[in-house]
Amino acid sequence: MDLAYGPEYEAFRAEVRAFIAQHGAQAPRRFGVSRPSEETQNWQRLLIEHGLTARTIPKEYGGYGAEPDILKSRIIAEEFTAAGLPMGIANQGISMLVPTLLELGTEEQKKKWIAPTLRGEVVWCQGYSEPGSGSDLASLQTKAVEDGDDFIINGQKIWTSTAHASDMIFCLVRTEPEAKKHEGISYLIFSMQTPGIEVRPLKTMTGHAEFNEVFFTDVRVPKKDIVAGRGHGWFVANATLKHERGMLGDPNQAGTRLKEITDLMHKETMDGTRLIDHPVYRDRLVALQARVFAMQFHGLRLLTAAAKGEDPGIARLIVKLQGCELNHQLAALAIDALGEIGVLYEDSPHLRAQGAWQHRYMFDLGLIIGGGTAQIQKNIISERGLGMPREPKPAKA
Amino acid sequence: MEFGLSEDQKLLQESIGRTLEKVSPLERVRKAADEHAAYAGDVWQALSELGVAGMLIAEEHGGMGMGLLDAALASEMLGRHVAPAPFVATAVMAPIALAGAGSKAQQAAWLPKLASGEAITGVAVSERAAGAREGAGVAASGGKLNGTALFALDAAGADIFIVADKTGGLHLVTGDAKGLTRIALTSIDLTRPLGELRFDNVEAEPLSSGDAGAALKRMVDAGRVMLAADTLGAGWAMIEKAVAYAGERKQFGRVIGSFQAVKHMCAEMAAELEPCRSLVWYAAHAFDTMPDEASLIAAHAKALTSETGRFVARTATEVHGGMGFTDLVGLHYWFKRIGLNRQLLGSPERVRHEAAVLQGWAAD
Repeated sequence: MDLAYGPEYEAFRAEVRAFIAQHGAQAPRRFGVSRPSEETQNWQRLLIEHGLTARTIPKEYGGYGAEPDILKSRIIAEEFTAAGLPMGIANQGISMLVPTLLELGTEEQKKKWIAPTLRGEVVWCQGYSEPGSGSDLASLQTKAVEDGDDFIINGQKIWTSTAHASDMIFCLVRTEPEAKKHEGISYLIFSMQTPGIEVRPLKTMTGHAEFNEVFFTDVRVPKKDIVAGRGHGWFVANATLKHERGMLGDPNQAGTRLKEITDLMHKETMDGTRLIDHPVYRDRLVALQARVFAMQFHGLRLLTAAAKGEDPGIARLIVKLQGCELNHQLAALAIDALGEIGVLYEDSPHLRAQGAWQHRYMFDLGLIIGGGTAQIQKNIISERGLGMPREPKPAKA
Repeated sequence: MEFGLSEDQKLLQESIGRTLEKVSPLERVRKAADEHAAYAGDVWQALSELGVAGMLIAEEHGGMGMGLLDAALASEMLGRHVAPAPFVATAVMAPIALAGAGSKAQQAAWLPKLASGEAITGVAVSERAAGAREGAGVAASGGKLNGTALFALDAAGADIFIVADKTGGLHLVTGDAKGLTRIALTSIDLTRPLGELRFDNVEAEPLSSGDAGAALKRMVDAGRVMLAADTLGAGWAMIEKAVAYAGERKQFGRVIGSFQAVKHMCAEMAAELEPCRSLVWYAAHAFDTMPDEASLIAAHAKALTSETGRFVARTATEVHGGMGFTDLVGLHYWFKRIGLNRQLLGSPERVRHEAAVLQGWAAD
């Protein structure tokens, strides 16, 4: 047990701080919109050049080419968070497609797609879920039928974030209808400009269209734009989902929220008394603080295991379930402590934090459901983590 | 940066676990409980031979000079095996008190005997750590103690006591001192008896060579981390028993562990309890190396692990169905162990209030 980073890492931290001092002012003020602005792309290029994002991606594919070092990645994250600076683009292309192509793509696919994706010039969406295939993703029905050198795609995807702003899609389709359900799927990448694609925004309970539905009618895609060959799509998707699950339930986000609520409760008053002086709200805050600390230290434990190449077992499997739930409960406390003000939304007078707490409270529920529902997470924890038996398949009627 | 156990720590924990598996199986626990024994002498001896009694005592006094994280790993194993043995007071809180506030002579007189396991020390600080009930409290004057101390830990077989008075001063009292009455308090948990101490002009030596107030705070912080670790161990034992039972018990032609309703109960227990391990480790490490954070994290570890322990204890019992409710399976020893840990040295509500005070969020 040693929480110090050591001289090599402290020197690296100093480099990161020097970068922030010199270039921090160039960081884009608005970040996280679905299409990176020119300002964001400039910032992204600067970060890549200095090894502060796309750090371990080989130079030949447009990355920085450093050896993987999880502690250095963490130091970058710590320093950027402390300075309140955006860390670089974290869209689905960068966090999911790029690692997948690096692992399983052809040389041509890597050369063509990774660099412009990293620079934020090419934006991707993910075509996985379908109306009839959510938790049971492998039952997906979007068909790709062979026609000469092409596939012809028909079907529908749902929960496709940023589809309306995307150049490209990585998409699971059924190419082998005769094969068993997991073995008949292929992973295709194609342009969202291809004729026959229709994107319809899907408005959610937050009032915003955070997702889309995507309809395919006779969409023609060259056969060469497959990743890892026909019938291997399920394997590719699992490689990709591994990257997504790593992103959900981040305890550092909970830490930031905890700080915001603490500040809020010190500032806001009711009947002239600060919320922090209200014993019931204060007790809830302290109880949540313990949970946030536990998940942050849990994160340190996982980081240590990853740095040593050890499998942390069940400790890793619980992060999505616990982390998303914790974020949701933090938002709930902020709403409760704000009382009637807590229900204000959109552009109402007396609104606090631009209505962020209600938005988070609702959006977090989406995250508890998305990326593998809480119930699917519990199946994974009990089956893979605790070795409990799988639910038997119902007998065929 | 390394947040994890060393190879030595893993080996230490395994060896304590193996020893307890051998010397303290459920039949042995049951026997000690049925007899209302002060503690199981054979279990304590086996632990002492491994060095558990002297883990935190400096090598110059015959101990192992280890840190609180090592002690937390031991405590986790004691909880896992619901060991009927003294530990929190005699092996953790008393050595911290003697090292922090004892004179050279007091240290030389007692630490070697504690380190070998030959002497047991009870600790009576409940009034300062968990709040004084009506009629409780000890007054010190002219080298004499008067009053009542409730919920003394490791008290039943203790050779000496460390007692906190109403002002936070610490005193050393021998078990056979004139005017001292020791009354057994029967709690739900018969693996670790509690005691009431009544003082009628009892002669006491003050522990006043260092900062007694600081020593008392350190004792309580360390005790809280130990109780959290004990609950962590007991809780995981209950989860494993629930998983094993659900893998054997059949209803409707299937093992019940294949029903999602049952599986999800087990997943929830594991998902809630496992982060407590990281909190306990951090709290123990902070106690040794980060004095500014130590009290806050100790309070958090005690509160969160107690709350989670309660959830695990009832849920694991429910997974066992009717059998969980019986004495036959003996699951209740773990349930009660967790129940006692929750109340000792400050309930979750009380320690959360302390956590708020420590951060300037509430008045003392």
